Amino acid sequence: MVRELGTMQQLDSGTVDMMTSIKTKAADENLEAKIEARGISVFYGEKQALFDVNVDIPRNSVMAFIGPSGCGKSTFLRCINRMNDTIPIARIEGNISIDGQDINDRELDVIELRARVGMVFQKPNPFPKSIFENVAYGPRIHGLSTSKSNLDEIVESSLQRAGLWEEVKDRLNESGTSLSGGQQQRLCIARAIATSPDVILMDEPCSALDPIATARVEELIDELKQSLTIIIVTHSMQQAARVSQRTAFFHLGTLVEENETRTIFTNPADQRTQDYITGRFG
Amino acid sequence: MLEHTVKSYEEELKLLDSKIAQMGGFAERQLAESFDALERRDPQLAARVIKSDARIDALEREIQEQVITIIARRQPIAVDLRQIMAVLNISGDLERIGDLAKNVAKRALVIAPEAHPKPIITGLNHMVELASYQLKDVLDAFATRNADRAVDVWHSDSKLDNLYNSIFRELLTYMMEDPRNIGLSTHLLFGAKNIERVGDHSTNIAETIYFLVKGENLSDDRPKADRTSSTLIKSENVENT
Repeated sequence: MVRELGTMQQLDSGTVDMMTSIKTKAADENLEAKIEARGISVFYGEKQALFDVNVDIPRNSVMAFIGPSGCGKSTFLRCINRMNDTIPIARIEGNISIDGQDINDRELDVIELRARVGMVFQKPNPFPKSIFENVAYGPRIHGLSTSKSNLDEIVESSLQRAGLWEEVKDRLNESGTSLSGGQQQRLCIARAIATSPDVILMDEPCSALDPIATARVEELIDELKQSLTIIIVTHSMQQAARVSQRTAFFHLGTLVEENETRTIFTNPADQRTQDYITGRFG
Repeated sequence: MLEHTVKSYEEELKLLDSKIAQMGGFAERQLAESFDALERRDPQLAARVIKSDARIDALEREIQEQVITIIARRQPIAVDLRQIMAVLNISGDLERIGDLAKNVAKRALVIAPEAHPKPIITGLNHMVELASYQLKDVLDAFATRNADRAVDVWHSDSKLDNLYNSIFRELLTYMMEDPRNIGLSTHLLFGAKNIERVGDHSTNIAETIYFLVKGENLSDDRPKADRTSSTLIKSENVENT
């Protein structure tokens, strides 16, 4: 028994060493920021919604934005693909760059930006078209496919990456809206990845889904982060804890605290973060 | 600290704290009474202490069950998660303290008919006083979430170790003087070791409290002063002291 324990301890320390080296390697690879935001303030008319947000978002990782409703997390998310441009009274100060390129650069085509920075919304919103068309639409309008067969390949690989292919391959001509809620959300993710983006923004992607569909989407997020940078806004602390490597807490339009997810959920530095995540907000 | 918006959650966490206070109170009493039984050579009291240990064990099980339920139902995080883990660890240490007190009581029962050497009993009395004081202090540090007080307890354990070292030497001398003393002395020596171990558990609790309050571990190079396990004492050394 004693000998067995000894072996287990040796094995344990070996495993720990291995895990430490993996972690260090991953940290090195992710050291470089994919997205850099500096001094971002957003105004809707007279009202300031976001105050001087500075954050680096590492590539090939998942960052979760958490905070109470109206804290500015979705406003900030919408700055990253310039969705706020669509709101006439919105005014943005500061600078956001992706791979070092300023996204507000006049030379930059905003349509192209949104192909590179995909978005998935709270409510699954497939187009009232066939499953195939839902996915083919983006690559077609952006001229990303070279031929009909190439478009077929893009649609298949996108549906496969979204984990939906096996469920829909025999019914590609049926309407996207005929799918279940969870399937519709994965269709929207397939649509978002069909234009080969390198960033995906997700605004509460699972709040309308049941636990099984939620688990599928979370598994998908895990796989997609191998090749993509993902930012997810979520009201579920557990979801943020499960899927993200880093977490940012927003409150009253300011970024209160941003750190490794395991630190935020075990030992947050700011009292406001602690009060919010533990359910103590007055 | 603000209270939880969900009051029942707040109450569940408070209940865990009060269970620890209750368990700690029992452990303190068991330790004191086990020594009383030894000092007064009172087999009835010793038997009562042995029997009462079941109450501490039951409290530990209750705490474990509650912790599991809270993890399943509430998914505690941050300070709440640290509290849950702290309560679980502390209840384990208190249960062990209960066992150690029970062991002292068992020995008290066995050696009750024998005359006890007075200086040894006086030394043991000091040890029990110190161990009880540490335990009380560390339980107060938990109740008030006072990391500084926990660190004080952590440092004070070397005093208990030093007392144990001297009793160890005294008992060896006593054994060498007359081999007929060996049976009784061995029981007293294990009794002293048990009390010294109580101090180690209070030290563990102090470390747990530090983690609970600060969210980080105390460095693990605590000054250990119990040198009996790394010393070979020979008769000529004893006679020289």
